[in-house]
Amino acid sequence: MITITHYLVLSAILFTLGAVGVLIRRNAIVIFMCIELMLNAVNISFVAFAHHLHSMQGQMFVFFTMTVAAAEAAVGLAIIVAVFRNKETVNIDDMNIMKW
Amino acid sequence: MESYLFYIVGTIAVLAAVYLIFERNPVFCALYLIQTMVCIAVLYILLEAQFIAAVQMIVYAGAIMVLFLFVIMLLNVKGDEESKRSFPFRKIPAILMGIGLLTVICIVLKSKLLQGKQGVYTVAHIESIGNTQLIGNLLFTDYLLPFEVTSILLFVAAIGAIMLAKRKL
Repeated sequence: MITITHYLVLSAILFTLGAVGVLIRRNAIVIFMCIELMLNAVNISFVAFAHHLHSMQGQMFVFFTMTVAAAEAAVGLAIIVAVFRNKETVNIDDMNIMKW
Repeated sequence: MESYLFYIVGTIAVLAAVYLIFERNPVFCALYLIQTMVCIAVLYILLEAQFIAAVQMIVYAGAIMVLFLFVIMLLNVKGDEESKRSFPFRKIPAILMGIGLLTVICIVLKSKLLQGKQGVYTVAHIESIGNTQLIGNLLFTDYLLPFEVTSILLFVAAIGAIMLAKRKL
């Protein structure tokens, strides 16, 4: 029998993998993908709670999270393209003009 | 049957996520992320959220990931090359931090904090109306203001993307 805890643990594992990915990768686009993975992991817990508590609020929240993620992807990738045009790299270790 | 499906799909999702964070080629990273998202869509169907599953496939696995692949191929980026400025031993602390984060989340899950009030939308109730119709009704009644704000957000994001990607910033 699959309970809500199974879904929450799976969500926690995926979220942790996304967070570790953000820390160990140096490619800005891959870091962005790891952030999308973290958003997806949180969406699983939203839907699991909605199912568990017989509520629709979780599903509505997932809907809005997806639209925000779509907007974020469009703007974020545009920023990456703009940075690449100026610095010829997407390695975040080379993007240090705001650091002393 | 359902529990087998959960375990199989969950394992594939976690494995694809592990490959995502260790794969060097960004195109393969994007494909692994698509695999994770398809698995998550299957989990939504197991959780009786059919509309969300369809939107997950169309918006995430379809639109957003195509955008990612498009940018990867447009920029022709290589895998992670080590820069002179890279912090040398960052993998081990990152993995330790991940284990710590997972432990903390599991401690929270084991506590009894996760109880709430039961709502009225039981599975039978949702099935009698229809998942998509219910979401549509809620979207244009209770969630009308967030819905309209979201439309403005998407509009602003489209303008922002065009502005940022212009040749002269």
